[in-house]
Amino acid sequence: MRRLSIPLRALLITVLAIGGTFGLDPFRNYQLATAAACFAAVAGLTVLVGLTGQLSLGHAVLMASGGYGFAFAASAATGPAILVLAAGLLGAVAVSGLLGLLLGLAAARLRGPYLAGLTLALVIALPSAANTLPIGGDQGLRAPFLPVPEALTALIAVEQWHAWLAIIVAALAVTPLVMLRSGRAGLRMRAVLDDETASRLSGVDPGSVKTGAFVASAVPAGLGGAILAIATQQVAPGGYGLAFSLLLVVAAVVGGLGSIGGAAIGSVLVVFFPWVVDELVAAAPTDLGQRLDGNLAVLVFGAVIVAVTVLWPGGAARLLDRFLAARPRRFATPATNTER
Amino acid sequence: MHKRHLTVAAAAVLALTACSTPSSEESTPGVTDDTVVIGTHQPLTGPAAAGYSAISAATSAYFEYVNANGGINGRQIEYIVKDDGYDPANTQNAVRELVTEDKVFAVVNGLGTPTHSSVLDYLDQQGVPDLFVSSGSLTWNQPGVYPNTFAYNADYVTEGAALAKYAIEQDPDAVICVLGQDDDYGDGVIEGVEDVVGSNTIAEVQSYATSGEDLNAQIGALMSAGCEVNVLGTINGFTAMAIGTAAQLDWFPKWYVSSSGADYPTLAGFLGEELAPVLLEGMVSVNYLPFSPDGEWVALFEEINAEYNDGAPFTGNTVFGMSVGYLFAEALAAAGEDPTRESLVAAIESGELLGNGILPLSYSDSDHAGYRGVGIATVSDGVQDYVDVAYVVSAGQVDAVEPDPVPLENDGIPGN
Repeated sequence: MRRLSIPLRALLITVLAIGGTFGLDPFRNYQLATAAACFAAVAGLTVLVGLTGQLSLGHAVLMASGGYGFAFAASAATGPAILVLAAGLLGAVAVSGLLGLLLGLAAARLRGPYLAGLTLALVIALPSAANTLPIGGDQGLRAPFLPVPEALTALIAVEQWHAWLAIIVAALAVTPLVMLRSGRAGLRMRAVLDDETASRLSGVDPGSVKTGAFVASAVPAGLGGAILAIATQQVAPGGYGLAFSLLLVVAAVVGGLGSIGGAAIGSVLVVFFPWVVDELVAAAPTDLGQRLDGNLAVLVFGAVIVAVTVLWPGGAARLLDRFLAARPRRFATPATNTER
Repeated sequence: MHKRHLTVAAAAVLALTACSTPSSEESTPGVTDDTVVIGTHQPLTGPAAAGYSAISAATSAYFEYVNANGGINGRQIEYIVKDDGYDPANTQNAVRELVTEDKVFAVVNGLGTPTHSSVLDYLDQQGVPDLFVSSGSLTWNQPGVYPNTFAYNADYVTEGAALAKYAIEQDPDAVICVLGQDDDYGDGVIEGVEDVVGSNTIAEVQSYATSGEDLNAQIGALMSAGCEVNVLGTINGFTAMAIGTAAQLDWFPKWYVSSSGADYPTLAGFLGEELAPVLLEGMVSVNYLPFSPDGEWVALFEEINAEYNDGAPFTGNTVFGMSVGYLFAEALAAAGEDPTRESLVAAIESGELLGNGILPLSYSDSDHAGYRGVGIATVSDGVQDYVDVAYVVSAGQVDAVEPDPVPLENDGIPGN
């Protein structure tokens, strides 16, 4: 039953979100596309951290790999826009899945801080890698521009069209993840998180579960990168730096580890929050404003994370649950076990 | 129950469709009867903020000066500066916000090669005039591909070629070496030097990354190659580091520096006021803007800087920022009483804009480069000024020309 209901629910949310784009102006739609990209990546990350306890600080690199995969495949493809899009998405899935597999193989042998260190090194290595590999250096690669289809040109602007694509791709990325999480694979991940020895005794191989979880987490992140490539028509290492990678972790933590709904809240927060703070700074007197510009967002953000983790360790998702229904989620996720 | 509520909400949202549909209004974005709104992306924070963050402040100060004197054709210029931290991803956000939220008339002087490259296609798709890009990359001069994009800086190849030409004229037998940044900038300067002396006769080519901590290895290699003239395609911080590192090794070759890394006040800030006149004595550089300390443009810009920029330190970046502002004001004045994006681009392509450089601008409908030539400047007794030599570079050919500085007219307010 549930296997049917998840795609249905996803479809409903997707349609609602697409309807919602009509209420937004072009810039807000562009921000929505960015948030959708973050959502895909954060959903992957939150499942990885929340369900298997593997902390990845390098999801920005997985996003970037998806973006590069998209740019390469979509630029190589010719034909109607839908083919270009499909080729690009396949490229994103292939590249990010492969990188996720490699990382996952390493992850199965590493624990906690060592895995975090490995993934962190990946983020720091990205600019050098971009300058060494034939992927365009600091200036990055161009991704093809996907114009609004003829039939819709009178109705929607290009930003809104890209927001639609972003929502659809995010849905394609996250829905399988949700199904995976609530199915057997999810059970295995929880078993491995709870006790590796016990799970091994019951015939679950922790190594392959962890590797599988990493791949399952990498592919949505890669599709997130593809969304950004669609919205911005380019992919460059500068956009996937350490700060952004940590921001993804922040989104997962603030939203509530393991919760997909929380990932959505967290992503919207990390996309809109810096912008809101910047607007506030711009409204401040020029002298003060210039001094705060670019710095205040980081400061306030740090304060918010500290506050959230102290006050509501379960993140926004848990808080939302309490407000909405006081009904515990099925398969409530232990959110405090991540240090294992 | 919940679902019904949601459906109603969705219907309500759908009813708001008007908010996002493409606008079909006829009026020119950013232009009203009494204002013109333009925007830019600048590195106010981040790795390139040192020095470059002063540019937009200077441009804003110049526009305030123009506005205080009645504006252009009765319109006040409103200049929106967005910080992108020299990060292409931020540039994307900033420029989209400028175009879709602030509805700017044009983007003026967006700074940086990697940053501006990331919005080049977007601005082209949106038909937004993309004026006077603050970078010496050749990318901006492609009228066939980007009809609304105009370069401003003399490109790096031109600068490298002019420096090499002057070096050879000073001493035909000099051993010439190059130290360049490992991107478009350094590559361009190297290409320019090669155009003049031939790739086999550059004794040594070294490069550095901006993330590097020191230049010991590079300077050591140049020194052991016996270089006499070092052509630098470096930003200010690394120019100072190169000269300082060499001095520590008791090595004092001749330094020939590209305009982006040869601003005397900025270099003096790095090297210290006491050492700078000694270490920088005889440094050769190229430029195309009127920074001569006793010139009339500098006098005006210093006045504006004191009155509208809180007396911020007056450097080459100040001159650059105000000169860009002046050129935009001139273009806006030439675009007519009721400027449109088309008339603005046409005004620049007409080739009638003078700017304030020491050489004429080269804009035409088939050429979107700003300055195709540069003048040679040297440092003497702690004062950086032009010597009477200038070169124009076209298709690898370097020709000496007479400098032809544009005189200051009408207190630096175009079009009245």
